[in-house]
Amino acid sequence: MSTTTVAEPHAGHEEHHDLGFVRTYLFSTDHKMIARQFLFVSLFFLLVGGILAGMVRWQLGFPGQPMPFGNLLPDTMAPGGIILPEFYNSLVTMHATFMVFFALMPMLAGVFGNLLIPLQIGADDMAFPKLNMLSFWITPVAGAIMLASFFVEGGAAGAGWTSYAPLSTSGEWTGVYMGQILWLVSLIIVGFSSITGAVNYVSTVINMRAPGMTWFRIPLATWSLFITAWLLLLAVPILTGGLILLLFDQTIGTAFFRTAGSGEPLLWQHIFWFFGHPEVYILILPAMGMVSEVIACRSRKPIFGYHAMVLALAAIAFLGWIVWGHHMFQSGMNPMLGMTFMATTMVIAVPSAIKTFNWLGTLWKGDIHFDTPLLHGVSFVSLFIIGGLSGIFMAVAPVDIYFHDTYFIVAHLHYVLVGGSLFGLFCGITFWYPKMFGRMMHEGLGKIHWVLSFIFYNLTFFPMHNLGVQGMMRRIYDPNQYEFLQALQPMNTFISINMFIFASVQAIFVFNFLWSLKKGKEAGNNPWKSNTLEWTVPSPPPHGNFPQMPIVYRGPYEYSHPDAEEDYWPQDMPPVSDTGGQSVGAPTPETVPPESVLGD
Amino acid sequence: MNFSWLMPETVSTFGPAIDSLYYVILWITGIVFFATEITLVYFLVKYRHKEGRKAEYIVGNHKAEVIWTITPFVIVVGLALYSKGLWDEIRDPSLIPADAYTIDVIAKQFEWNATYPGPDGQLGTGDDFVARNALHIPVDQPIRVNLQAEDVIHSFFLPEFRVKQDAVPGMNTPVWFEATRTGEFTLACAELCGLGHYRMKGSITVHSQAEFDAWLAGQQANGEDDQ
Amino acid sequence: MNNAIELRRVFAPALVALLVMGCGGGDGGGSSADGAAGGGAAAENPVDAATAGNIAGSIVFEGDAPAMDAIDMGAEQVCADKHSSTPMSEEVSVSDGMLANVFVYVKQGLESLTFPTPAAALLDQDGCTYRPHVLGVMVDQDVTIRNSDGLLHNIKASPTEQRGFNTSQPTNMESNRSFGTAEVMVPVRCDVHGWMTAYIGVLPHPYHSVSGSDGSFDLSTLPPGDYVIEAWHERYGAQTQNVTVTTGETAEVTFTFSASMAGAVVPLGEPVDLHYHSVVGDRD
Repeated sequence: MSTTTVAEPHAGHEEHHDLGFVRTYLFSTDHKMIARQFLFVSLFFLLVGGILAGMVRWQLGFPGQPMPFGNLLPDTMAPGGIILPEFYNSLVTMHATFMVFFALMPMLAGVFGNLLIPLQIGADDMAFPKLNMLSFWITPVAGAIMLASFFVEGGAAGAGWTSYAPLSTSGEWTGVYMGQILWLVSLIIVGFSSITGAVNYVSTVINMRAPGMTWFRIPLATWSLFITAWLLLLAVPILTGGLILLLFDQTIGTAFFRTAGSGEPLLWQHIFWFFGHPEVYILILPAMGMVSEVIACRSRKPIFGYHAMVLALAAIAFLGWIVWGHHMFQSGMNPMLGMTFMATTMVIAVPSAIKTFNWLGTLWKGDIHFDTPLLHGVSFVSLFIIGGLSGIFMAVAPVDIYFHDTYFIVAHLHYVLVGGSLFGLFCGITFWYPKMFGRMMHEGLGKIHWVLSFIFYNLTFFPMHNLGVQGMMRRIYDPNQYEFLQALQPMNTFISINMFIFASVQAIFVFNFLWSLKKGKEAGNNPWKSNTLEWTVPSPPPHGNFPQMPIVYRGPYEYSHPDAEEDYWPQDMPPVSDTGGQSVGAPTPETVPPESVLGD
Repeated sequence: MNFSWLMPETVSTFGPAIDSLYYVILWITGIVFFATEITLVYFLVKYRHKEGRKAEYIVGNHKAEVIWTITPFVIVVGLALYSKGLWDEIRDPSLIPADAYTIDVIAKQFEWNATYPGPDGQLGTGDDFVARNALHIPVDQPIRVNLQAEDVIHSFFLPEFRVKQDAVPGMNTPVWFEATRTGEFTLACAELCGLGHYRMKGSITVHSQAEFDAWLAGQQANGEDDQ
Repeated sequence: MNNAIELRRVFAPALVALLVMGCGGGDGGGSSADGAAGGGAAAENPVDAATAGNIAGSIVFEGDAPAMDAIDMGAEQVCADKHSSTPMSEEVSVSDGMLANVFVYVKQGLESLTFPTPAAALLDQDGCTYRPHVLGVMVDQDVTIRNSDGLLHNIKASPTEQRGFNTSQPTNMESNRSFGTAEVMVPVRCDVHGWMTAYIGVLPHPYHSVSGSDGSFDLSTLPPGDYVIEAWHERYGAQTQNVTVTTGETAEVTFTFSASMAGAVVPLGEPVDLHYHSVVGDRD
């Protein structure tokens, strides 16, 4: 596999003209600025999703009680501050919708795909910078439409983020008319952000790697984003198609999913989950990649089994296409299909297990530095273990009969999406913040935020497994209506209180983030002593990233190498024999080695 | 507060089988959970940075990769094969006992309407009667529910029986189960179906055969008066 | 570079505001968060009481009344307990040869008069039954929907001429709704208790009446002139009659329904056009 490309070396960018405020900060084509834009927008929507979750937990913790500030809401949502059942259904729907599409996806793919891919492969920007700018701007526009849906008559969508038909096909069933339409329009639009972004990521990684940056010298963060981009490219259009069909059923009288016109409700589920399952791997793979970088770097040790890690990422992505039916075991789908999907679902546990063991192997005999990114990274591993193991209960179809649509599923999904993706994002943000903004985040605040988040996160979500074992269904406005669930109310209140604390603790992160922008310690090029190319340039990198084309001599995980003086060995540092001693910094053109050293 | 991982009481023939499968998974995942988490914490403590400490340059171990690929694979595939029999028994329509007592259950926003055969013992004839939100069945007798939905998807959930099946408009799905003791138990809706979803509840009362026959006779006498 | 933060914070809310302004609420089924809107700034009553006349009468039921089905409230004990005798369907309510729950209203003849909006009308849910079973309101008049049962009811109004609503009341509470377009009749039902149905007639004027158990109705203080009035029943359909109102006089009208009318087409969701046409049957 010899695909080294030698692009023209960059001239210095000192003569680059001043673009003005609008072209620099608003309509930028620079991948690093776009990454920042994605970061602020997705953090905003993370806040929105969190507030919605808080309201859900208020109702479950204190059912029928007036909510603090609830009197600010109109009577159609919460008369006297008491949440109505239909508003509760909208809350659970919109919480998940905002979190998945407007917080997690933009943060994982939008922020880190943009920030890391060009820098880690030695490119000056993405393959299609203007397309990249479009890809960002679609997101806040779609997000605004989604927010607006709260304010229309009938309120926001209330059929679940999964929007099962026929419930979602007509306001007749939900009382929601325009809100459901806006939900569909918003998601149709935001899909194009993912699709265009993915086109960029794939093209950039394939075509714009620096000389010597062979496939198996690409850092795992970029690998995970590259594979995620393929999933986005193939899965999101399926969702878009399904959403358009549902929109037609809602508005122009088609009957793809409406039984009134001989439509098929299960067809919606197949389309949705055929997208939906690759989607959850889209949500976890980038986090896995980032955590791999951080654990290796902060343990001063190569990632254990780099090739296996890449293969495991690819295996997860590939297998992710053939397991969607496990969301539909109880749906009325042909039960014989249940066995097929059970088998494939069990198999997909294996590559995740491989990755977990490899992370442990990376820590083994390492020299582990307990800074905030590392703490978040190992938290990711420990919580992902729980999330992955809990999945096995549902993968076994007969046991899923009991657990489907209960809080056991809610526990599982929050362990992989919050324990996994969110802690993975904290790991990535705290690690790459210096590169983005030129300053370190405050380490003490970071550790306090980490430990409090870890504790209250687990106190919130772990008991949900038990709620599920006791049979509590999901999306239930008031479980006390059922005698067999009344004894669980104290548990629900306990969970709600811990959730409020967990949410409040995030203020420390926000404060740290904002304070460090101005007051953080100056970072320098490589505060973490990492090997990958982004740490060879200033923080933040200048326009064009690399003053000269970097040349790559080795893989990204040469930490504590016996031949190296330091416990790290940057990818672009020439080999010892050529320069008669380890030198720091990028090679000058005079030291470019012959082709033979560039590897295969 | 109930922190228990123990399944609540079960009153059907499926219950013990599903519950013991659950416990098998709980044991396996529990052991793996403790083993991996303890290892993680142990490594973090043992290999934490200390002055003068240096990490060992280890890139991987092929044998280890093979072991921890094959072992999980064997365990999970084994679990899948182990579960197949139970899944077929519960879900395969051709395995539903022929002598099952049949009830039509039609779900709609927000109630369960159960249609029982009238004195002629046949469903679908003029003497059938409907009970709202109340299922009555005899103990130790296979019951077959023909599950339907009028408007949107609902889900027929009998927690104590470990029974769950989505009711889909346009489909008629058979669900079968057999109660092992008498009493009154819960019927819940387990698929979001609108604003009344949280309250779409009913009861399922298991009678002795004699009591059930008496109940049936009493209902059939009032049959024409019910809607 | 930090200015980007500030601008981002402004941009998103601004976009939201733009979109919100673009999407106004729809017609009808609108809710008013504050209490009864009452008369507000509407016109004063244009009718001069000194010259007004009245229409009054009764609804007769000929022949045997059909037997009504009993309602099984066993699944909702709180409601079952509120009924001292077995609750029966209210579809046909006959006592002593008189038919109740017939909606009588002025269909044509009021031309272009506009009337002040009255105070809120009450629709109560008590014992899992709508009280009243048939209700008349004016366009934009508040309907106060009250839950006296303390358990979940939803109120689903399904008009044809305007957007309906489907709102829930999980406990004892009141909500206000109103209808922006005249329509006869708007069906209302509860999905949690499938036997609960009610009908609301929405008119651009206050001349409507629901016959009581004695079959009587009255439309008083009408300007003198020729009118067409309609009597609507949920099973037996609608009938019209021409009536002439003279000053100081009460015109007596009798409508007769019988079980043989059971196959009639029951108009629902009909728009209301007050323009006077000379005779029944000439209309559109």
